[in-house]
Amino acid sequence: MSTEARAEHFPAVDWEGGALPYRVGHRKLGMWLFIVSDSLTFSALLIGYSYLRASNVWPTPFPFYPSIVFASVMTFCLLSSSLTMVFGVSASSKGDKAKARKWILATIFFGAAFVVLHLIEWNHLIHQGMRPFYLPESWVQAFTTTNGVPPSPLFGATFFTITGLHMFHVATGVVYLAVVAARVKKLKHEDVEISGLYWHFVDLVWMFVFPLIYIMSVDIGGHLAGH
Amino acid sequence: MNAHAHADEHFAGSNKLFISIWVWLVVLTLIEIFLAYRPMSIVIMLVILLGLSIIKAALIVAYFMHLKFERLSLILTLVPMLVVCILLLFAFFPDSFRSLGLRYQFKEAPPVAPAPIEEL
Repeated sequence: MSTEARAEHFPAVDWEGGALPYRVGHRKLGMWLFIVSDSLTFSALLIGYSYLRASNVWPTPFPFYPSIVFASVMTFCLLSSSLTMVFGVSASSKGDKAKARKWILATIFFGAAFVVLHLIEWNHLIHQGMRPFYLPESWVQAFTTTNGVPPSPLFGATFFTITGLHMFHVATGVVYLAVVAARVKKLKHEDVEISGLYWHFVDLVWMFVFPLIYIMSVDIGGHLAGH
Repeated sequence: MNAHAHADEHFAGSNKLFISIWVWLVVLTLIEIFLAYRPMSIVIMLVILLGLSIIKAALIVAYFMHLKFERLSLILTLVPMLVVCILLLFAFFPDSFRSLGLRYQFKEAPPVAPAPIEEL
């Protein structure tokens, strides 16, 4: 079949080449595919955590202060950082690179605040005696069931793994955004938008980590009040 | 071919829209924190929290990550397979509930290990 005849049979479609089937560039598509695979990593970790939780006596040791207050402020930081990032991308799309840089720097500020607050929160827990495979003695006493089953020591393992991997993503994102902010005038708009995609994804993951790890571990019964 | 050749590449959405999305996200987070201190069964709490999280995730993906304004083909390539893969991971939960039953069958006290059989 000649090319002309082919064109009559098959109207011009994106798959014939010379067009972008998704109307996004290859780098942006690459970031989307990375985000999909990273979502599966976090899903697997969160489901692994839920699996352990459902098959064990699980401690719920987090007090309102410091844990929940810190985690809530951290959530606020990440949500605000997403807003400043979207302003940065919006400014970049209008060609206002200087304004885009300022908003990206604000995003970096909120991201760094998140990491600092999270490390302080980790420090509280480590000082209390929480370790990846070991619970503080007071928690073991408070959460042992009436028929003598102790709480699972894997609480720390799941907590440090999931929040640690997320914190690593935030820290990486801060470095990534710093590079983008430094080079914003040389970069195309699409590159700024791609860094925004990564940043919003890090925010999105926290929207699952915060309720599942923090809210579901609130010490409602006041088990640890006396300790 | 440069992606910017398209006229519709402009980053859609006004700042007002983004601020209202941010307000929604903050309000939903406050509801989650409030729920943490309501006495309710763990299953109901989990369902509500996950429901709110999915709404928040959808808002972020649709507006902040701009997916709502992308081509349908991109959305259909990324989203359904991710949802299916995540749902497949739930296949492990029957085993989780089963092992809870196996681990803590005893109601009164932990079973005492049987005395070692004396060698003849």
